[in-house]
Amino acid sequence: MLPESPIGITAFGAYVPAARLQRKAILAANGWFNPGLKAYANGERSIANWDEDPITMAVEAARDCLSGASRETLAGMLFASTTMPFADRQNSVIVKEALTLNDCTAALDVSGSQRAGTSALLQSHAAALLGGGPVLCVAADKRKALPASESEMLFGDAAAAFVVGSDRMVARLLCAQSSSVDFVDHFRHEGRDTDYGWESRWVRDEGFAKLIPAVIREVLLESGCSGGSIDKFVCPIANRGVAAAIAKQCGLGAESVCSQLSDELGDAGAAHPLLLLAHVLETARPGEKVLVVGFGSGCDVMLYEVRPAIAELSKRRGVSGWLRRRRAETNYIKFLVHAGMLPVDRGMRSEFDQKQALTALYRNRKSVLGLVGIRYKDTGTVQFPPSKIGLDGRRSTPANLEDYPLAEKTARIVTFTADNLTYTLDPPAYYGTIEFEGGGRMSAEFCDAGADDMQVGRTMRMMFRIKSADEQRGFIKYFWKAAPTD
Amino acid sequence: MASGIRDKVAILGMGCSRFGERWDTDADHLMVEAYDEALADAGIDTDRIEAAWLAVGFDAVNIGPSGIPASMALRLNNIPVTKVENYCASGTEAFRGAVYAVASGACDIALAIGVEKLKDTGYGGLPVRTRGTMFDMVGIVGSAPGSFAQLASAYRARHRISRDDLKRAMAHISVKSHANGAKNPKAHLRKPISEEVVLSAPIIAEPLGIFDCCGVSDGSACAIVTTPEIARQLGKKDLVTVKALSLSVSNGWELQGSGWDGSYVHTTRIAARRAYEEAGVTQPRSQISLMEVHDCFSITELVTMEDLMISEEGRASYDVLDGVFDADGKIPCQIDGGLKCFGHPIGASGLRMIYENYLQLLGRAGPRQVREPPTLALSHNLGGMPNQNVSAIAIVGMLGA
Repeated sequence: MLPESPIGITAFGAYVPAARLQRKAILAANGWFNPGLKAYANGERSIANWDEDPITMAVEAARDCLSGASRETLAGMLFASTTMPFADRQNSVIVKEALTLNDCTAALDVSGSQRAGTSALLQSHAAALLGGGPVLCVAADKRKALPASESEMLFGDAAAAFVVGSDRMVARLLCAQSSSVDFVDHFRHEGRDTDYGWESRWVRDEGFAKLIPAVIREVLLESGCSGGSIDKFVCPIANRGVAAAIAKQCGLGAESVCSQLSDELGDAGAAHPLLLLAHVLETARPGEKVLVVGFGSGCDVMLYEVRPAIAELSKRRGVSGWLRRRRAETNYIKFLVHAGMLPVDRGMRSEFDQKQALTALYRNRKSVLGLVGIRYKDTGTVQFPPSKIGLDGRRSTPANLEDYPLAEKTARIVTFTADNLTYTLDPPAYYGTIEFEGGGRMSAEFCDAGADDMQVGRTMRMMFRIKSADEQRGFIKYFWKAAPTD
Repeated sequence: MASGIRDKVAILGMGCSRFGERWDTDADHLMVEAYDEALADAGIDTDRIEAAWLAVGFDAVNIGPSGIPASMALRLNNIPVTKVENYCASGTEAFRGAVYAVASGACDIALAIGVEKLKDTGYGGLPVRTRGTMFDMVGIVGSAPGSFAQLASAYRARHRISRDDLKRAMAHISVKSHANGAKNPKAHLRKPISEEVVLSAPIIAEPLGIFDCCGVSDGSACAIVTTPEIARQLGKKDLVTVKALSLSVSNGWELQGSGWDGSYVHTTRIAARRAYEEAGVTQPRSQISLMEVHDCFSITELVTMEDLMISEEGRASYDVLDGVFDADGKIPCQIDGGLKCFGHPIGASGLRMIYENYLQLLGRAGPRQVREPPTLALSHNLGGMPNQNVSAIAIVGMLGA
């Protein structure tokens, strides 16, 4: 269809939270109720920390994707998730603010089904084709599942990101096709936390086995590619054997079927096909053809051809890198509490009113959401947050001041503590003073940290996280925290 | 050139309520308790008081806004009452207002009263509160122990002292304060403890265990001040005068600048320098004979010994373990039990420290009276966090000393 398509993926990235819940721990807690869970009790699934959500994970994946690349040229961004924190406040715009993209960047949330990720990626190609510059596409999901359900075993929390454009493509889009069919394998109504699903055998036989191959065949036909020419088949369906069966149905080689990463992180919902694609691209060689499927209320199928530029892409963590940043979690109750599935007595200190002054947030959005400080050009002094009068007492002219983003700067611990008294969902609360390489210091909460990380001089990397939630009014406050570097 | 406050203002009378968990008492009753003692000590009636300063740290959870609560509780004669809040240094701040009013000649007799009713919150420790719109977005809503525990992390790194050695010196500080508090009938905590108990206590904020932390208390303390001349006219013979009052407030350097390593309190060093200059002190270690410092946490007391230039940098733990600050040591510190045991009703604490120094100077401290009569007594009242704070120092002594 598009043999000389001028559009494709120019960069990719991913994010997987560090904590990996051991599926054996889920079985140990819930096996008494649902002994059938034993069939799923292998490996581990990724779980977002209490202060992570699809927005914060999307920011991390986007940062990974944009490593070493300019953020200035991005014309737009799409953010796909079925677990958006806000129903009416553009979630992608929060991601945009955290990434300090230009205010003139177009931003759009995409949701509605498990193929929101692939649909957003497809639309990113369309948007980039319209001109104006490359488009960032991010997908993230943090799905809730009822305790003792299969979903609880199978789901994982993660995010993936791509830049779509025409300059130095690492994978060119050869062909894409979608179908829209109201095949309800599961649903989740507005206001509900968890899915309601139908019998898996029906989903397999009438859904996966019929809807997906139909679109794959169309893509192969239109692109003029044979099934056998497909090198990598990204089919994010965790049910055992389904991907292989579809491959066989469509004439794809058995060896083309890619890992679902089921044992490593689980099914990351709308982000999963993108995550698997990012994983495949980490090791893909020029010329390889990659077929990607997104399933949900129909399906999306995209065919990419890997280009030589992939070898020149700057170093990034990618899925593998984030998978290596790993902490095994065996505390199932802690997972439930952090996932919001189990209320605990949080104590009176948690009752502090977290009402956000929206006026103040708007005025200070660059500092708060973007972690942008100020730099005095003449002295090179860096300060966060900015102020009218510098620490030396001088009032600088605007010409002597420049915005100074701190989020990508490495910092070092100056002071620290592990606080058992203050309220946090993950005691003790680690925090302290940090100083950035190149200047600037702040008090910071530490995330994904442990007692061993508490050393003066320890290097830290900033991460966009939930600072607190106003549960009374339904608002989430985001800010940057410092995490130990690997 | 300002001539300073030295010997311009005398303390006419002081009072202090019993500190503690005063479940049966409202803030106004606590104020009356301290005030009646001060009035009796001063030998005057309310109608002689021309201006008042009220200190409260957490007004939102106890007396509410304005100076009215003090005016009403004490039935003052519609005089000016100014409420001050400067974190935990509020008590000294109120004292400063009253002393400066008298020194200026604007009034003859002024009152400083501090009060805090903290045991109406439903939980232990300081209430969680906003620190301002911007702070709440980018700052840390940690606990007080968490803020001050960081001193220990940086102090250890700077002076290469092991956690165990520092913990032992910190434990000695708390053991000493408990021993002193046991002799004080107005103290919140009156039970001696052993070093072993301190060291084996649960950790509140690494490395501070529960006995490294002062609690919070209900209480009130007040001072009535006037000129030395009027004090004499009122029949006072032994006059305790103000030798120095200094306050230093962070301007953001520790928090946002570079250079501060977190192991000391920058403002205390500045306030100490200014106070010593005002009081004419050139050798603090030999000239200061008694200290009440802001021992909200044992580590705060430890680094304060260096910030006040009493101990050399890096040597405070050795001085502590050598007993320099014990009741029978060279410079007794927290002879009344300190914040640790006398208690810490925020707004009252700075005045409570001055109250103790005043009693000791006059030889009226009862069983805890220090053997050597003190000449200059220092109080240090610290508010906020190590990286953003208010440090207040008051030096009092006998007139002419």
